[in-house]
Amino acid sequence: MTGKEYRTITDVKGPLVFLNKTEPVAFGEIVSLRLADGSIKNGQVLDTSDDLVIVQVFEGTAKIDRTAGVTFMGDVFKLPVSTDLVGRILDGAGRPKDGGPDIVAEENADIIGAAINPFSRQSPHDFIQTGISAIDCCTTLVRGQKLPIFSASGLPHNDIALQIARQAKLPGSDEQFIVVFCAMGITAEEYNFFRADLERTGALENAVLFVNLADDPAVERIITPRLALTAAEYLAFEHDYHVLVIYTDMTNYCDALRQIGAAREEVPGRRGYPGYMYTDLAMLYERAGIVKGKKGSITQFPILTMPGDDITHPIPDLSGYITEGQIVISRELHQQGIYPPINVLPSLSRLMGSCIGAKTTREDHKSVSDQMYAAYAQGRELRGLVAIVGEDALNERDKQLLDFSGVFEDRFLRQSRDEDRSIEDTLNLCWELMASIDTKYLVRLDQDWIDKYHPENRS
Amino acid sequence: MSNEGVIYRISGPVVTATGMSAGMYDVVRVGTEGLMGEVIELHGDKAVIQVYEDTSGMRPGEPVINTGETLSVSLGPGLLTQIYDGIQRPLPTLEEVMGVFITRGVDADAFDLEKKWTFEAVAEKGSAVEGGQVIGHVQETETIVHKIMVPPTMNGVIKSIKSGDFNVTETVCVLEDGGEIQMMQKWPVRTPRPYRQKYAPDTPLVTGMRILDFLFPLAKGGAAGIPGPFGSGKTVTQQSLAKYSDAQIVVYIGCGERGNEMTEVLDEFPHLIDPNTGKPLMNRTVMIANTSNMPVAAREASVYTGITIAEYFRDMGYDVALMADSTSRWAEAMREISSRLEEMPGEEGYPAYLSSRIAEFYERAGRVETNNGDDGSVTVIGAVSPPGGDISEPVSQGTLRIVKVFWGLDAGLARQRHFPAINWLNSYSLYPQSLNQWFRDNIAQDFPEIRTQISGLLQVESELQEIVQLVGSDALPVDQQLTLEVARMIREYFLQQNGFHEVDAFCDINLQYSMSKAILSFQEAAKNAMAAGAQLNDVVNIPARTALMRGRFEKGYVDTIESMVKDMVDEIAATVEEN
Repeated sequence: MTGKEYRTITDVKGPLVFLNKTEPVAFGEIVSLRLADGSIKNGQVLDTSDDLVIVQVFEGTAKIDRTAGVTFMGDVFKLPVSTDLVGRILDGAGRPKDGGPDIVAEENADIIGAAINPFSRQSPHDFIQTGISAIDCCTTLVRGQKLPIFSASGLPHNDIALQIARQAKLPGSDEQFIVVFCAMGITAEEYNFFRADLERTGALENAVLFVNLADDPAVERIITPRLALTAAEYLAFEHDYHVLVIYTDMTNYCDALRQIGAAREEVPGRRGYPGYMYTDLAMLYERAGIVKGKKGSITQFPILTMPGDDITHPIPDLSGYITEGQIVISRELHQQGIYPPINVLPSLSRLMGSCIGAKTTREDHKSVSDQMYAAYAQGRELRGLVAIVGEDALNERDKQLLDFSGVFEDRFLRQSRDEDRSIEDTLNLCWELMASIDTKYLVRLDQDWIDKYHPENRS
Repeated sequence: MSNEGVIYRISGPVVTATGMSAGMYDVVRVGTEGLMGEVIELHGDKAVIQVYEDTSGMRPGEPVINTGETLSVSLGPGLLTQIYDGIQRPLPTLEEVMGVFITRGVDADAFDLEKKWTFEAVAEKGSAVEGGQVIGHVQETETIVHKIMVPPTMNGVIKSIKSGDFNVTETVCVLEDGGEIQMMQKWPVRTPRPYRQKYAPDTPLVTGMRILDFLFPLAKGGAAGIPGPFGSGKTVTQQSLAKYSDAQIVVYIGCGERGNEMTEVLDEFPHLIDPNTGKPLMNRTVMIANTSNMPVAAREASVYTGITIAEYFRDMGYDVALMADSTSRWAEAMREISSRLEEMPGEEGYPAYLSSRIAEFYERAGRVETNNGDDGSVTVIGAVSPPGGDISEPVSQGTLRIVKVFWGLDAGLARQRHFPAINWLNSYSLYPQSLNQWFRDNIAQDFPEIRTQISGLLQVESELQEIVQLVGSDALPVDQQLTLEVARMIREYFLQQNGFHEVDAFCDINLQYSMSKAILSFQEAAKNAMAAGAQLNDVVNIPARTALMRGRFEKGYVDTIESMVKDMVDEIAATVEEN
């Protein structure tokens, strides 16, 4: 059905073009717009009826006038995929950005992606060691999980994401992760930082980058993560790779979604974001996982910056309801000069239970993690009390817990950007730090583990 | 006008067709692929249809065929142990047909139509039967007898009925007027199934979770809402209820939730043993899984599919429990479709009819006299996921207006690793009055009084805690310090429960009573000892109390608890002599 060019645009509004036509146009069909100066823009059908079509233009509607030629391409948006993608840098619409040749397709994959049948999924249970103590011990990452980083402006979430990308591995296995990196509306500076780091460590050869920068069209951001995930699915489920998808920044993605909603005059939900944002986000996040009968896997690390550090804002809120936990970055810890400033208290990994224990990490992991968490939580709470009544009013137990919260931040959380701690080291460090608390206060530790791992008992 | 029209407009899951005669809620086949949809609005000769599958690539001009039926579920032997999507297609069958990804345009029977079941007639030739009356039995699973009923719309005198092996579409009974009855019947999901009358609930749904059974009990036939922010343990609570509650049939709806979580349920349930019967839990379970990225219209339908199946088993005289996780996703599906219809929104963009839909749904719960004269019930437990954990939003409010039990999950408790993270200060149940008699007759005469004492202590603690926050606990008089200690024991020993521990996950209601008495024994003994000069520290730190508290993780605790309480009381008394 390709070929016929319409010159029947009636309205242009924000990123949307409205036009009359006579042929039946498919919902979701790809559209090419030829401008008076010969340049080409691409779009997608958002609404189609007998006489009127609404097209969302990815590159923005600047310079489009009523004489622009509109051609319907007869198909929905597809990404040419092949293993040649690995090592390439593409723009936000999937075109080469590194000066290399076009991707020769082994297959053209629909970018919307079909839902995985829940019956065909396999429960994730392989422990991923990130080398970061706070994550490995307290919010353990599992292969096939989607674990976002909830951050805010001015915090080092990019460093953490990169450190994870560099260090992530299955202990005792040399299987490599392929990193699919998806940038949505980040600055050129941030992008260069990512790229330089990936180049420096040689990871770029094992990565695919999809890049939509802050000055690229906002609407294009709607498809960028879908392209990235389509590539990830192809590599994972057709070619058995273990793929780590990092996307940043989800907040820009959601803002683009809101922009289109507003242009379509849709009824807005909370804070002007469209009512279908939950479903829309789920269509991205749920593309993580492992399926029966396939060797590969997709693990997702979305990064989002919480506007005004507000975790109840619709973007982190809806994300938290879909993802399997979250890693929360704290401004307070960052200001104390602690890297990585991960606040373990609101952080959570829902799949942690399935991947820790004697067979994968160590038998005492669960107990240790619970105890570290509880002791730190109580220590933090006592700081508030001390501010009112002074340290002298505390009893012995409370004093120990208060001190513990300090060493927890200073020695357990703090590590350098290239320090790769094994899970064994992390757990031993936990025991060393917990030894500063009287054993009788460590109620969450099983006696068996105390006998075996407590420094006093390990000469 | 014919039953065939053409597509006029497509906007996401909403398709408009023209040239077709259609009624509200008619099921239609849309496009050349024949995707299933449902008419949800009529404008002149235009019918607005919500489509249950992805519409990308569909074009105006493609055909739309009206089936003339409303959205219905198939009911009959073979339902139990099944795993369905939102419109009752079995997920294992979809996997066989489409592979691991769910594509579209595939129809699948709700259960095996060929399988032969042994039908044993219980009605006789010549007897007059009405809709809902049981005419035969089929042993569907090891534990459940599936009762074959006359479809609610039929009645008459039996001309012939035969026992034997049949599949679900073969006629087992013929009426004088020529009506034929098969083991499978259909029922439209949006219409409640009929019953004779509703009764007031008088029996608790025993869940094995101490905080629920003891402090905030739910009646069989009641409705409960569990609101909570993410990470507070809604899903774990719902799953524990599905595993351990003493309902005879469980319908579990995973509505718009996480794929991996649903997989965990699907992996785990077939291996679990029902503590009440000792048989596999799946034998009594029907699951509906419509994850967040599956089509939104099917998500809207999934709760109706679930509740209709639940009502069908209720009509057999069973106690059915239905868990919907999460009703907020269902409400969001309504919002999404409503906004595609360009309806005038109510609060937060939700349609104005949100609260009446929620009310209608929960109202399908209840304990009834069935048309067969039996006692059956449907208990509904709906999780709510309020944005930011703020329950002033429309879905929570719409739910709280109708349910009688509110189990409020609390992010703060979850953060302290206090699970189940149900806040005992703001949760409530309006059933104790109607259930007290049951507790007195079946557990202990003083059960309601003990409950009042325990919840009173927790109330006092919360007031004392405010003072402690300011001045520290050492500044309180010793009797109040003891109260704090007792309340701590209630929280750590009684309210906290490890849903993953093989013993602690399920706590018998009699044991719950013994444990609550143990706490009061401690309070009493400690008070007496301290009046006689014992020190609070000595009283609190006696080993027998720790042993008592740890005991709940051991098998056979119900037999040992009494002697452990006695040891504790003796040791407390001994602290007086030391001084």
